[in-house]
Amino acid sequence: MNINDIVKPENLVYQKSKLLTSKPFHYCPGCGHGTVHRIIAEVLEELGIDERTIGVSPVGCAVMAYDYFDVDFAEAAHGRAPACATGIKRVWPDKIVFTYQGDGDLAAIGTCETIHTCNRGENLTMIFVNNGIYGMTGGQMAPTTLIGMKTATTPYGRKPQWEDGTPNNGFPLQITNIISTLPGTRYVTRQAVNTPARVRNAKKAIKKAFENQMNNKNGVNFVEIVSNCNSNWKMSAVDANKWLDENMLPVYPLGDIKDNFELIKK
Amino acid sequence: MGELKLMKGNEALAEAAIRYGCDAYFGYPITPQSEVIEYLSEQNPYERTGMVVLQAESELAAINMVYAAGASGKRVMTSSSSPGICLKQEGLAYIAGAEVPCVYADVVRGGPGLGTIQPSQADYFQACKGGGNGDYHNIVLAPASVQEMADFVALGFDMAFKYRIAVCILSDGAIGQMMEKVVLPEQKARMTEEEIKAKYPWALSGRKRGTQHRVITSLDLDSAKMEEHNRHLQRKYDEITKNEIRWEEIETKDAEYVFVAYGSSARIAQKAVQLGRAEGLKVGLLRPITLWPYPTKAIDALIDKGVKGFLSVELSCGQMIEDVRLACNGRAKAEHFGRVGGIIHTPEEVLAAMKKQIIGE
Amino acid sequence: MASIKGAIVVDTERCKGCGVCVVNCPQGVISLAKEVNGKGYNYAYMAEPDKCIGCASCGIVCPDGVISVYKVKM
Repeated sequence: MNINDIVKPENLVYQKSKLLTSKPFHYCPGCGHGTVHRIIAEVLEELGIDERTIGVSPVGCAVMAYDYFDVDFAEAAHGRAPACATGIKRVWPDKIVFTYQGDGDLAAIGTCETIHTCNRGENLTMIFVNNGIYGMTGGQMAPTTLIGMKTATTPYGRKPQWEDGTPNNGFPLQITNIISTLPGTRYVTRQAVNTPARVRNAKKAIKKAFENQMNNKNGVNFVEIVSNCNSNWKMSAVDANKWLDENMLPVYPLGDIKDNFELIKK
Repeated sequence: MGELKLMKGNEALAEAAIRYGCDAYFGYPITPQSEVIEYLSEQNPYERTGMVVLQAESELAAINMVYAAGASGKRVMTSSSSPGICLKQEGLAYIAGAEVPCVYADVVRGGPGLGTIQPSQADYFQACKGGGNGDYHNIVLAPASVQEMADFVALGFDMAFKYRIAVCILSDGAIGQMMEKVVLPEQKARMTEEEIKAKYPWALSGRKRGTQHRVITSLDLDSAKMEEHNRHLQRKYDEITKNEIRWEEIETKDAEYVFVAYGSSARIAQKAVQLGRAEGLKVGLLRPITLWPYPTKAIDALIDKGVKGFLSVELSCGQMIEDVRLACNGRAKAEHFGRVGGIIHTPEEVLAAMKKQIIGE
Repeated sequence: MASIKGAIVVDTERCKGCGVCVVNCPQGVISLAKEVNGKGYNYAYMAEPDKCIGCASCGIVCPDGVISVYKVKM
């Protein structure tokens, strides 16, 4: 069979969402941000909510997420995306509002906004991309950097304490587990996008996080995506995806943590 | 017509916000302006008009709620006092860059740092000369009465949406805390979704399929575009300077010496004018109502009419005096007098300062 | 057994040659080209078109959304 007999509109089984603009992603080759953008756009398209969706982009690599999604967008100050989303949702309760943040944004400079937005039970969808490092600023330590992991500011590896017990870089922050204990979070899950099966699961989780917002008046729907940063991890994209499996997932295991306001017993 | 009431300045501000049809107030308690959020919470405007009142987790969160809710075309405001306004400078710089309309009140207390909870006017620089990063201005209105605390809410929102800019109501602990009679405006309706979409096409409200999606951001990595954006902001500031300068003059017709004072200092200086006139001194008062843009042209005109000297009376170590001197441009004498640390000057010491520093005895 | 034929179309100018599709293709269809595109990336292409089953794993895992997938049942 000739390829031209297969490549016909009626045989199309997959293409990128129409809710992504024509602008090429500025992300490094193999970066998970692109995959997460893609599946968010697919979900918004499938749910048909693009005319009432307002996104909030962070400071960090995804600062220009607004260039890629064909929906209204506000760009927030570093860490303040949850406050911005709260502001929008409170004055436009019928809109669908989501935040998109990295680990430095959500779990370091914006920890206060993250926790209080979750604790108020704002009716929002929060997407948290955790790659354990600061990407945009050039690979410095993130709150979620693994113990022993080398970054520009932990060049000898993250060391929580010195040998004599004196505090040093501290420990990887389990922000998703922390917010899962708050009464305001409805749905909390941790996913990844480094294999096709995981992308499918992550998309299902994101879809649920938006459907919950559409069907309810309160409760944060929080999706962490454990992702890669091959440029700052200093390895190829393929190796980074493997490294993620071997190093990130033991510390940040995948799966639902909370559903319908109930912590999931393991 | 409006309703006559006896109220604190802070309460008048809050009530005026409800009556203007304000959509949301995001705040954080700090003395001496906590009455604003307390009054709003007590009045329960969510039931009166649907207005949202939210006590945020910090001033940072509050101003960023204002930023994004304002970016979506709603009339939103916040208030704080000096150290809290410091924290809000982050959001105010984004608001300036992204051209988001909003109103914020600063009920100024003494500084630096935690300073004192007593009245002060030491945040003139912060309000008028930046505060946040970048080349920007906010419109700054200086109320001198409880009535103006109420009136400037409507004026502030009108200007904020006309120019897509933040408007600061620069009050102080005295104006915020004192009680006076105030005529409150009639209740206005909040804008509907259709009205907002028709009137503010830039506002984030969900883009229609087939139309360009909207983005509210202060970022552009393209230097040429960022330069043009800055030029655009400066043209806007020029336009505001052309159209919006406001001031009041008292006894300046034949004045040779003029007090320049705003807010609570203006009320004290007004009494000093009376005392001076009773002594036969040709003194008057210029009260700037907009501190940015500054009434430079009013000072210029007074010099043309023969004023020989100006005394800038401020509850600070001398901040507005810089703008008075710039306006004088060497054509008239300009000096500063002020008490600080929460001490409020008396009319007698203000008049004495005029005699000593400007008139000369 | 009905046989399934698939094919992919790569937007070669937008492909960044990260290779994530290559390792995630269950049939070993995709390789990176020896040639580079306008950005200097060795873009992905169907090296073994006959093996493609149109499973869309490549498209689903592609960070840049540059792969469209087609499938016919015969």
